[in-house]
Amino acid sequence: MKLPVYMDYSATTPVDPRVAEKMMQCLTMDGNFGNPASRSHEFGWNAEKMVDEARQQVADLICCDPREIVWTSGATESNNLAIKGAAHFYRKKGKHVITAKTEHKAVLDTCRQLEVEGFEVTYLEPETNGLIDLKKLESAIRDDTILISLMHVNNEIGVVTDIAAIGEMTRSHKILFHVDAAQSAGKVPIDLQNTKVDLMSFSAHKIYGPKGSGALFVRRKPRVRLEAQMHGGGHERGMRSGTLATHQIVGMGEAFRIAKLEMDVENQRVFTLRQRLWDGLQNIEEIYINGDFEHRVAGNLNVSFNFVEGESLIMALRDLAVSSGSACTSASLEPSYVLRALGRNDELAHSSIRFTIGRFTTEQDVDYAISLIHDSVNKLRALSPLWDMHKDGIDLSTIEWAAH
Amino acid sequence: MYYFDNNATTPLDERVLEAMLPYLTVAHGNASSAHHYGRKARAAIDTAREQVAMLVNAYPAQVIFTSGGTEANNFAIKSDVTQTGHLLIGATEHASVLNAAKSLQTRGWRVDTIPVNHNGVLQFQDNLLQNDTRFISVMLANNETGVISPIQDIAQASQQRDIIFHTDASQAAGKIPIDFNLIGANLLTLSAHKFYGPQGIGALITDKRKVLEPLLHGGGQEKGLRSGTENIASIVGFGKAAEIASNEINTRFMHYKDLKQQLETYLSSLDGLEIVAESVERLPNTTMIVVDDIKGETLLLGLDHEDIAVSSGSACYAGKTEPSHVLQAMGYSAEQAHNAVRFSLGKEQNAADVHRLFAAIKKQLHEMRSLALAVAI
Amino acid sequence: MAYSEKVLDHYENPRNVGALDSADSNVGTGMVGAPACGDVMRLTIKVDDNGVIEDAKFKTYGCGSAIASSSLLTEWVRGKTLDEAAQIKNTEIAEELALPPVKIHCSVLAEDSIKAAIADYKQKQNVTETSAT
Repeated sequence: MKLPVYMDYSATTPVDPRVAEKMMQCLTMDGNFGNPASRSHEFGWNAEKMVDEARQQVADLICCDPREIVWTSGATESNNLAIKGAAHFYRKKGKHVITAKTEHKAVLDTCRQLEVEGFEVTYLEPETNGLIDLKKLESAIRDDTILISLMHVNNEIGVVTDIAAIGEMTRSHKILFHVDAAQSAGKVPIDLQNTKVDLMSFSAHKIYGPKGSGALFVRRKPRVRLEAQMHGGGHERGMRSGTLATHQIVGMGEAFRIAKLEMDVENQRVFTLRQRLWDGLQNIEEIYINGDFEHRVAGNLNVSFNFVEGESLIMALRDLAVSSGSACTSASLEPSYVLRALGRNDELAHSSIRFTIGRFTTEQDVDYAISLIHDSVNKLRALSPLWDMHKDGIDLSTIEWAAH
Repeated sequence: MYYFDNNATTPLDERVLEAMLPYLTVAHGNASSAHHYGRKARAAIDTAREQVAMLVNAYPAQVIFTSGGTEANNFAIKSDVTQTGHLLIGATEHASVLNAAKSLQTRGWRVDTIPVNHNGVLQFQDNLLQNDTRFISVMLANNETGVISPIQDIAQASQQRDIIFHTDASQAAGKIPIDFNLIGANLLTLSAHKFYGPQGIGALITDKRKVLEPLLHGGGQEKGLRSGTENIASIVGFGKAAEIASNEINTRFMHYKDLKQQLETYLSSLDGLEIVAESVERLPNTTMIVVDDIKGETLLLGLDHEDIAVSSGSACYAGKTEPSHVLQAMGYSAEQAHNAVRFSLGKEQNAADVHRLFAAIKKQLHEMRSLALAVAI
Repeated sequence: MAYSEKVLDHYENPRNVGALDSADSNVGTGMVGAPACGDVMRLTIKVDDNGVIEDAKFKTYGCGSAIASSSLLTEWVRGKTLDEAAQIKNTEIAEELALPPVKIHCSVLAEDSIKAAIADYKQKQNVTETSAT
């Protein structure tokens, strides 16, 4: 077994060897290295053909028309393009946007930017299980609401949003619906032919494709219009300029092709491993699952260990590559804003660990993780004055702490 | 197939591929993750940042990675978006600068262009500046004609008046030496795939004089200036390509110069064509011709039959067959602009390749003209 | 986060973990920090008749730097007089462990904990003396 054991598949995934193989064919002189926008020679034509093929592969996984796919540099750019692009285009219709407090930073930070520009944004509170109450969502809709942006699968706690139901709601209110599907593509079935989503963001590196590659689904019927955020040569039907990175796109296409082919079997396998992990951990005292256990993507387990501090736990789990909170914010020492939005107190938010299991995780990895976690939690609790107090029957919430 | 379209994109250098491979497969962390895999990715990015900085004689902290030249240009031009005012750009800029600038018009900016003369050389004068000129963007070298802009006077005027000065060095990098500090620009655009790095990665070099408004919002990567999970393999490839270019810049420059000299000597022997901007300083690998009587598209197809790949100008006007705005800004008619063909040489090419190119041009021109003559009779 | 060798050593092999009997009048306890802030330190010291700290134990809920700071502190205070122990500065702890700027507060907490333990001991002594007379 190779250490550290990787259980951080929601942060990023290794490129599947089949994907890497395809990408390598699009790089050097003897491959399809051309600029797909070159219209005057075979190098360009071949690159364009490869890009078209990839566009079809992405469309196939999510059941849409390939002409509805706009290539981007990743889900962050897709989210920026969808939210700012739609808000800017439809600003005369209204200036109100709805999203949730548990969204990825790429959505939240973009919404903050819209607020700076004079838009109003409602940030919905999730229920304690991490899901959005549809009634509360509907009551947040106003006459001037133009866009609702919600993620399909939460990156930290893995809960799955009912986008089909929300799509019905937004369509009947004539509001655009954007879904950040970076964490769901290849893990949860997506059928855009029968789901009323108008804009959907995708990322390649979350499903064994390369980093720096993403896509935005932009519905043709009923037609959704966007104001471009990157101007230039008019690539991607004017919605996103910039030389298409052929190898990146081809890698994303191959990753989506494989996902379509293997999703069912893989999900079952990953789910079994996740269960094995939970079975091995749940007898630890004072362990809490974050987020709904049922409406949850197969590979995610997010738990908090009471009376253990998160950073020291991560340190103890050095041979296990996991994350505490979202990878995009863990460089700072703030407790996870997602868990706080769920109503978890700071201590539990601080001591949360996200395990995400994926394509290359083995039973042996899971068993190693279980034993390492038991040892680490025991060790840290033996060091923890809070654990002593808990064991002595002291309710910590009754103590007045001298905050420093 | 012989490839003479290296200004559109270059094949990846094998050494760059080798550097990238581990980051595609084995070392796969997210650079924002605190664990082992994340830290390895972070270290690789740091190295690449140094390599890219070295290429333009800047400090690593001045490098902001983007998804390419187009994004870097958009980022630069829109970095002052919370303000309004007057913006000046060169008349022959790349579409990503032109259209980014145009998009600012809807936000209350006024955009004017700095004209060029018949040789494509910028004709900057102080009277182009207005009281509220806040931003000037001028490319270091033109992608179509290869003309290198004399930008010292613009840099000077910008510094005196506290104007932000941006230069798009996408085409210049790896072909001529670039010194960010000597240029006197505040912002500079780089694109990896123009000098044997991967597509889909670029950078904006900044002097940190001004607070930049980010183009992409999110997780706060690149010190909050460019959100989005770092494209590690491509960043590593960019760094390696920059390192190789730094090391080889002088030999490359001389190599290109010799080949171009050879090509242009050959071309001068042919009737009925003109080398664009022949008398001024140009990129050592770029030659654009305007043929008197034959459409560029026609010649391209003819050369394609000879297994030679060239282009009629910019690849970046996707799917458009409009005549080059660059040539028109230089005073060429639309018809003449339609008759343009660009040859951009690569570092692996040699005298035999150039001779093959020339022979093919000569043959095709001859056949086309005979055919035209025959039809006329 | 990159930790120094010394932090790692104290984290892996914490010295003097535990608690002394707080009912003992020669034992002083200092508990500082708050769970919501991510660190709580509890330091107990046993003082002999000459005012010298003969034993010290700690338990810490916190990051590796917090654990290392308190572990190091127990080593340092042992054998010191109360006055000497009270002179220990957080900067010395930070320097010894090569703490990065974001972790300086851990050393501050350690300094606070010894001060709190000494104060607790002295208060207990006062109470004992008072009740004796």
